Formats: sequence, structure tokens, C-alpha cells
Amino acid sequence: MTELGAKQASPGSAHRLERFNRIVLPHLDAAYNYARWLTRNGQDAEDVAHEAMLRALQFFDSFNREQVRPWLLAIVRNTFYTWLKKNRPLELAESLNDDSIPASLQDDPSHAAILNADRRVLSDAIERLPREYREAVILREMEEMSYQEIAAALEIPVGTVMSRLARARRKLTEAIAGGQSRDVYERKR
Amino acid sequence: MSMSVNDSCRPQMVQAYADGQLSAAEALVIESHLKICAACSEACRAQRALSGAIGASDLYHKAPDRLRQRLAMALAAQAPIPACAALPPTPRPRQAHAWRSVALAASAFFAVVLSAAIAVRFNPVGRNEILHDVIQSHMRSLILNHLADVPSTDQHTVKPWFNGKIDFSPPVRDLAASGFALSGGRVDVVDNRVVAALVYRRRRHYINLFVWPSDDAPASEFTATRRGYNVIHWNRSGMSYWAVSDLNRPELEQFVSLLNRTAQP
Repeated sequence: MTELGAKQASPGSAHRLERFNRIVLPHLDAAYNYARWLTRNGQDAEDVAHEAMLRALQFFDSFNREQVRPWLLAIVRNTFYTWLKKNRPLELAESLNDDSIPASLQDDPSHAAILNADRRVLSDAIERLPREYREAVILREMEEMSYQEIAAALEIPVGTVMSRLARARRKLTEAIAGGQSRDVYERKR
Repeated sequence: MSMSVNDSCRPQMVQAYADGQLSAAEALVIESHLKICAACSEACRAQRALSGAIGASDLYHKAPDRLRQRLAMALAAQAPIPACAALPPTPRPRQAHAWRSVALAASAFFAVVLSAAIAVRFNPVGRNEILHDVIQSHMRSLILNHLADVPSTDQHTVKPWFNGKIDFSPPVRDLAASGFALSGGRVDVVDNRVVAALVYRRRRHYINLFVWPSDDAPASEFTATRRGYNVIHWNRSGMSYWAVSDLNRPELEQFVSLLNRTAQP
């Protein structure tokens, strides 16, 4: 019986990998889900998440004390932008005017439509959101991260997190209500 | 700039309230405002409806198994363990040396013939080469997502599938009841011979079990760890078995003992 692996690995790096597997790897779902909504494509998401996890291992020494998920998702995000620059440079240019008017409370949010929205409608509405709004929604609604954690992952101030969330939700509400009224119109025709 | 309903409306605070992001004191202030402001309480309800709809719609994309395997492989490769090729050879020289003393007594011609015979018959011939091959084959089956040519959990489907494809009939046992589910089989090439590869699954781990006929002594067992993969080799009832997996050693050993327990005598 031979057991070469454990003896030949240097204790420091074996320990490092073991720590990485224990601390970071459990967040692979979060990394993939985030990459999936950023790339809007399963195969690309796998590539981005894979690359991000390897980068995370590379930067693991500099990781300390912070919350793991925001730290990891910030790496996923940076990996995504590197990937975007290389693979879809035109999309990179689509920028967000963050000075747009804040969401109005006067308009009817029509939450009946929201409650009735199905998965497809919701999914499409989220995919069509501008990237900066989309990622705020993903981190808040799917990862259930706090404003502070989202701010850390996106590397923006908490106030900006709040305004992006507000605009993202307003756009989603509009898209869902719009989608449903268009459906009604098409059926009547 | 402000489009709020009145001066006391603070839309972002209402949002933060609905998101559960306010301190208790802040929450109290917003709650009392919501009681008197229809617009803000409607906004709060709408936001919660949206959150509820997203939460209930199963929009979360979990990492696919393929990504997990690919990553496990890449991470294992990061471990500072030398590749198979760089490993010291198996105990072949020592055995050869023992026999050489006998051979020296005989003629030089006889010695050559004898050591050639020993190399073929008794030595762990090219054990490192086989080890290298089975690990490569295991990795290839995962990377190419080509685990099984006959994807089936039914041993009575998998076993007959090999008929006519290889010149022996590998023992196929389903160990699903013990947590090792048979997931299929394929024909592979190891050490330049056509072999049967049976695929088992334990949680998210795959086990490739390579089987081929061999007349090596049944007792010879061999275990190794290479690049994060555990390998167990044994011979039994005229078959050579090589089990390869990223599964931990105790569980892989359990798998092997289960296989041997259920194997026909």
C-alpha cells in the first residue's frame, strides 16, 4: 500500500487548498448563479465561474476576515468583465446613466400583475435589465445579501446600491405589467 | 428632483424597510409613516410581491455537475503532487534483483529468457503505466463528459451491452442500496488493451471501475493517490480491477469491499 500524495504535498499548500475547499467552494452555486445572470448563458457562465474560482484560489492568501460571498462574487464580477472585454466588447460599451430620475411612487406598481407573473416572464424581465441593475437584483433577491454586502461585492457605496435596486425594481414591475398587457392585446387580436 | 408624494415620504427608506435593512428604531419611524401614506404602503407591498415572486419562481441557477467536476479536476491539479510520469518506479527492480541471483547461476541465455518471462508473468508489469492510463481515462471521461456509452442504472442492461464489444463479460453489480449507484458502462483502452469501464456514482463523485481479464495472483492489491485521485487495484477471479475516483479513500475502500462481497465466487 502506498500513500504518496499526502506526504509529498507541502503542508502549507495542502492546508491552503483544504481551507479553500472548506471556505470558498461551498459558494460555487452563488458564483455560478451570479455568472449565469451576468452572461445570460449557461456555457459562458460555467467558463466565468470556473475561471473566477481559480482566481479566488490564487488570491486566497489575501482573503481574510471579510465575508466570503461578497469577496468571491466581486471576483466573479471582475472575471466577468475581463471575459466581456475579450468576448463581447460591444456589450461593454452599453453603459448606464445613473443620473436618471428616481423611481416614482405615484405610478401604480400593479402588484397584482407581479403576483401573477410566471417564471418565464420574470426571468426575461431580469435578463433584459441593464447589467448594473441586474446584478443588484440578483444579489439582493436571490443571494439575499445585505446592502453592505452588495456594496462590497459591487464595489460601490451603499447609497448607490439602494438607488440601483429601486430603479431595477421599477423597471421589473413595468416590464412584467407591460408584458401581461401586451399578452392580453395579442389574444384579443 | 424629488418625486415623492409628500415631503415626509422617503422611498429609499421604505425600500430598505421592505428589505429588512433598517434598524429597529428606523423601522418604527417608517411603520408609522406607512400607516398614514397609501402610496408608500402600496410601494412596500409591491416590492414584497416582487421579491416573493422572484423567490418562488425557482430562478436560482445551481452550478451544474459538469462545472463541479471540471473545477475539482483543476483544483486537484493545483495540489503540489507530482504527475504520474515523475513518480519513482514500482518495486520491479527489487524482484528482478532477487531473481537475478538465481539467473546468474544459469547460462546467460537462460537468464535473459527467464527475466523476460518473470517480467511478463509475475511482476506488476508497467504498473505505473497502467496507473497513468486509468487516471487519464478517468479524467478524460469527466472532461469530455463521456462517462458511459450505455447510461443505465440497471445491471441487467449494462452487462449484456458489453456482449460482442469485448471478448469477456465483466461482472456488473449495482450497489445503489449501499450508496454507490451504477450509472453506466463504456469500452475504454488501458495499457493498449480494450477494457470494460463501469461507472458508479457516490453523491457528486464518479468512480470509474476498469475491468479486464488477468491471470495475476489474486492477492496483489495496490493503492495510490495521484493528483487528488484515489486508485485501488486488485485481482480477483481472473479479473484485474482498477477503481479510480476523487472520492475519499475510506469510501473508495468501502466501495471495493462491497464489490468483492457481492461478487460471485
